[in-house]
Amino acid sequence: MKKKFKLEDLDCANCAAKMEEAIKKIAGVSDVNVSFMAQKLMIEADDDRFEEIMEEVIRVCAKVEPDCRILR
Amino acid sequence: MTKKQKDMLKRIILSFVLLAVLMICEHMGLFGALAGTWFLLPFYAVPYLIIGYDIICKAARNIRNGQIFDENFLMMLATFGAFGVKEYAEAAAVMLFYQVGELFQSYAVGKSRQSIADMMDICPEYANIEQEGALVQVEPDDVEVGSIIIVKPGERIPLDGIVVEGESYVDTAALTGESVPRKASAGEEIFSGCVNGSGTLKIRTTKEFDDSTVAKILELVENAGSKKAKTEKFITRFAKYYTPFVTTAAILLAFIPPLILGGGLGKWIGRACTFLVISCPCALVISVPLGFFGGIGAASRLGVLVKGGNFLEAVAEMTTIVFDKTGTLTKGEFRVTKILTAADIAEAGKVMEGGGAEEKRAACCDGSRTLLELAALGEAYSNHPIAASIREAYEAAGEKPDMSRVGEAEEIAGYGICVRVDGLEVLLGNEKLMQLKEIRYQPISDAGTIVYAACEKRFLGALVISDVVKEGAAEAIRDMKQAGVKKCVMLTGDRRQAADAVATELGIDEVHAELLPADKVTIAEKLLAGQRGKGKLAFAGDGINDAPVLTRADIGIAMGSMGSDAAIEAADVVLMDDDVRKIAAVVRCARKTLRIVKQNIVFALVVKALVLILGAFGLANMWEAVFADVGVAVLAIMNAMRALKAP
Repeated sequence: MKKKFKLEDLDCANCAAKMEEAIKKIAGVSDVNVSFMAQKLMIEADDDRFEEIMEEVIRVCAKVEPDCRILR
Repeated sequence: MTKKQKDMLKRIILSFVLLAVLMICEHMGLFGALAGTWFLLPFYAVPYLIIGYDIICKAARNIRNGQIFDENFLMMLATFGAFGVKEYAEAAAVMLFYQVGELFQSYAVGKSRQSIADMMDICPEYANIEQEGALVQVEPDDVEVGSIIIVKPGERIPLDGIVVEGESYVDTAALTGESVPRKASAGEEIFSGCVNGSGTLKIRTTKEFDDSTVAKILELVENAGSKKAKTEKFITRFAKYYTPFVTTAAILLAFIPPLILGGGLGKWIGRACTFLVISCPCALVISVPLGFFGGIGAASRLGVLVKGGNFLEAVAEMTTIVFDKTGTLTKGEFRVTKILTAADIAEAGKVMEGGGAEEKRAACCDGSRTLLELAALGEAYSNHPIAASIREAYEAAGEKPDMSRVGEAEEIAGYGICVRVDGLEVLLGNEKLMQLKEIRYQPISDAGTIVYAACEKRFLGALVISDVVKEGAAEAIRDMKQAGVKKCVMLTGDRRQAADAVATELGIDEVHAELLPADKVTIAEKLLAGQRGKGKLAFAGDGINDAPVLTRADIGIAMGSMGSDAAIEAADVVLMDDDVRKIAAVVRCARKTLRIVKQNIVFALVVKALVLILGAFGLANMWEAVFADVGVAVLAIMNAMRALKAP
């Protein structure tokens, strides 16, 4: 399943790259793209575990860039 | 400015005033003997903390989370280092300067993001439908296919459909880049995303919102960011190694030289601090994607959708372009371009016929008008595009075909038609039909499709029907060559004469005619294999049986309004208004974007390298280092913004 989320307060391009790196490492995520310009997160992950994976994504992102919030 | 940016501005002003007062006091000797001692630390700490407390908090939090090498940490380390060597004023000023740069950077990025977003602002917010006599606003998503929607003057058309009532001019600029409004009246197809002009329109929707033009364009544009250009990928990889490298170099610089050369540890720590400030690759990481984003934005303002940075990069390297003829270079509409009576042909060819032939012909028709009349009546019931073009030519002459004059008709597939008009036997078809019916005819070598006509076994003449070359197609080819495209190739299933005529008219370099759809792929493959060096090959087509070639080429260019959905899906670049002239404009736009991106990369790397080297020898201080970090980032962002303007 492919889903898009809006990001709030994503302030630096380097952080966006780091978030992308970190999310890629989560098991079950097949594709991810953090767009600094569009302030959007596109994520493709296993259908049945999607919620679980999203929680992990939020946890990981809070570590990398605590200012940035994922709106869902 | 956002609230966050405004708060930051207040902090900057406050901190700046305090710092200025302190520096003036110190300069005037008000602190006396205390100047240059630890006594001043608490004073300078005030403006420093006002401006930098959030940096320190973030750095601390990131270290706790295991993220050490980020700019917050590096700024903290650098300024703490300055405090350590009793450069209080410098520590506070550097932090201040850094924050000013950050604010400016965030403002510039916000501005550019806004201008791109404004340009993409084609999403309709609501649709008006009539319910029990009153207009109700509903989500475009909820409107079912076949509903009647009402679009008032100035509103955005929310869904694709057909006008059932009303007349207006619509502004299609957001979709096609075309600034001249298009007329829309009852019976015409209309696309979502356009803005209605002065009249109210009633539209019967033909598509759901998700399938509407506007939804598709938005999806394409949003996904464009995820296809990264080679340059962009390189920068991301580079950034990953750059920061650890510079940080390690800083640590080595702080501790190795003092051990070998002796001298004060403080001096070398100071130099190491300048290294740390330069270590963020922000200028590159922001300006490169911003440049591509701007380039894609500029292209879309021209009415061309580029589906990703990688394709924009490929377009800039395009050296060969292959066109499909029909629908791309020509309109794909057939028109009678010449009417030749047997007398005309005989005159031209100096062919003499036996006596009496002329009288018999006169019994059937007497001039070109009636040749057309017979042909139009003969083709009255056929729905072939050629037949339609003959009827159109007849109607354009102000006549209406009188169907009652048409008798029984027999279609001979692959040959033509045999029909009774006013009781006379009329033959309309190609040369093979003439041969089959043993008619003495004179072959014509004109470009285009030729329909021979005979009446009562006598040759009457012929109609030349050809596809019309698109306006500006010749100009487009000339423009492309000027923009640096080396070879233009044309592929077509048409007869050689027709293909050659179009090619000469347009200035095409290479023609492949009489092709079957499958041959097009083979030829495209051959041309691809023949490409030398970095040059890229583009294929432009309307997608009618050429979707495989669109996918196979380095760059697939599809016609947006005439092309099929499959073609738009398969293509990498979509011309929204089917105007081939836009290709040259996109090439220019892509080249400009690439130039800007390269300028930024070189500029940022050179400045950083220079300041690193100067810093290592103690020739650059913290100020230059902050400039090399945020200053360069701001300049690079401003340069990247130029990509947003179409050349």
